Amino acid sequence: MNSFQLKGLKATRAGFGEGVVEAGRRNNDVVVIGADITSSVGLDGFAREFPDRFFSMGIAEQNGMGVAAGLALEGKIPVFSTYAVFSAFRAADQLRISVCYNNLHVIIGGAHAGISVGPDGATHQALEDLAYVRALPNITVLSPCDASQAFKATLSALLEIAGPVYIRFGRENVPDFTTYDLEFIPGKAQVFRPGKDVTIIATGHLVWPSIEASELLAKQGISARVINLHTIKPIDEETIIRAAAETGCILTAEEHQIHGGMGSAVAEVIVRDHVVPMEMIGINDTFGESGQPDELMKKFGLTAENIAQKTTQLLKRKKITNS
Amino acid sequence: MNTSIEQLRLTAKSIRIWVVKSLAAAGSGHLGGSLGMADVLTMLYFKVLRHDPKNPFWSCRDRFILSIGHVAPVLYSTLAHAGYFPLEELLTLRKLGSRLQGHPGKEYGLPGLELSAGSLGQGLSVSVGLSLGFKLDKLDNKVYCLLGDGELQEGSVWEAAMAAGHYHLDHLVAIVDRNGVQIDGPTEKVMRLEPLRQKWEAFGWEVTECDGNNLEELSLAFEKIGQESSKPKVLIARTIMGKGVSAIEGDYHWHGKAPSQAQTEEFINEILSK
Ligand SMILES: Cc1ncc(C[n+]2csc(CCOP(=O)(O)OP(=O)(O)O)c2C)c(N)n1
Repeated sequence: MNSFQLKGLKATRAGFGEGVVEAGRRNNDVVVIGADITSSVGLDGFAREFPDRFFSMGIAEQNGMGVAAGLALEGKIPVFSTYAVFSAFRAADQLRISVCYNNLHVIIGGAHAGISVGPDGATHQALEDLAYVRALPNITVLSPCDASQAFKATLSALLEIAGPVYIRFGRENVPDFTTYDLEFIPGKAQVFRPGKDVTIIATGHLVWPSIEASELLAKQGISARVINLHTIKPIDEETIIRAAAETGCILTAEEHQIHGGMGSAVAEVIVRDHVVPMEMIGINDTFGESGQPDELMKKFGLTAENIAQKTTQLLKRKKITNS
Repeated sequence: MNTSIEQLRLTAKSIRIWVVKSLAAAGSGHLGGSLGMADVLTMLYFKVLRHDPKNPFWSCRDRFILSIGHVAPVLYSTLAHAGYFPLEELLTLRKLGSRLQGHPGKEYGLPGLELSAGSLGQGLSVSVGLSLGFKLDKLDNKVYCLLGDGELQEGSVWEAAMAAGHYHLDHLVAIVDRNGVQIDGPTEKVMRLEPLRQKWEAFGWEVTECDGNNLEELSLAFEKIGQESSKPKVLIARTIMGKGVSAIEGDYHWHGKAPSQAQTEEFINEILSK
């Protein structure tokens, strides 16, 4: 069964917003905290439908995170979402202590993640959020690959997962391709393409280009497995180790710094349990900049072509290691 | 600098026109706040600040710290008009490789730009640090910091305000763009700020209020602020978002929007006609 089929373009933030509204309909305890960018992070729908359960806090992220912790203490299911640069960093300490150390069920939205934020430039492009949030104990870190999955991941985050949950999503319209019946199981990575020569593990916006890269590679006779790592924490060690054992090398692809990101998380599993040659695609230790999203994806080497090219380089290393 | 109000008015007009032009070329950006701040920035760069566009690193210069990085277009337009770089460069706003980043980025080396910014609630702290440094070095440079009213909801602003009062930073001037709106709507609906004057006074600041779109009033306000006293000074500048273009004046939906092609022409014509 194919788990994907291109349905059109849609921003993952829209999937998140629809997920919060749906969860709000199913459970009266769902409450939302606004930080003056309510529609930008997809929460205007909830604010309109449930005005009594929406609290505007203004431009005050540290307070917003703390208030969310308090609401969770009282049994509510608070969603606090702002741009990832602010939810992960401005409110970093409140997230660490008030939310995570208390192990409270607060859902934190990391919006406008990645370089594809575009012309707003470096200040608004979250490229380090995963490195920080995945280091926090107790938290679950989700990074859905498209709007449909963002919807399901959001429902799961609000109504199924316990403890703090961070959901990362983007601003731009991107391919919406996962099918309706594709189940979302937190912590369980999805193999979107079978393959035996190499494994590409991708997350978020880079899953679709990785599928495209596998098609480019197939033309060169290379069989690339593509894994959608939608849960960064807890990480699916089993699927990763099996991929390392069966394909002998791993490429990771993410719209995030290489340092400390999803690739690092995969490497932490690989070095312990099954060492194979590995390469990582991501932002290489630099801030982002202004430009159109597609220009930036090219400039920073995050396209399907870049993924395919890096994969062929990796395969050379695999041969040397094996010979 | 001996500049008549009439000359300043012409400068502000041109600054506004280039704000509209640069945003139109970029296709995105923050028009409302940028137009609303054109008069304050004109007054600062053409009358109040001690600075030399030929010598951007002159050690005796006053510092202008833009805390609300999103109104970068009006800072860029003002710097260009003051002679820091050519006007044409304004048309590269927000484009790949431009020195005019969507939010100010110092690493691109734009002359006259003092600080990278774009995360609200940081500029006043940096201004406190600068002022403390000048005091330590026994220098009389002034520091002017531009804040948004929505931005005042960030707790860090008040931590900085407390420190400025505590250390009697008399050469520090904060300017609040009191346009009454932010992204989600009117400030008093999103998160109440009033009574604003009393808040600043309670933190040890000397408060001046004026119409921030009226050059005569701004001129008088800065004269008053220039007089010696032992307190940090704040100017609450009552402004109108989108000032100069009647179709968008006061409309918070224009916080972060760029004009279409048709609108660009219409907006520029209106600014020219006034
Ligand atoms: C810490 C932080 N939180 C949120 C934002 C997103 N943001 C950019 S501008 C803005 C509204 C600012 O309101 P105000 O200061 O009143 O400026 P105005 O809308 O009048 O231009 C917000 C919430 C930000 N840049 N930084």
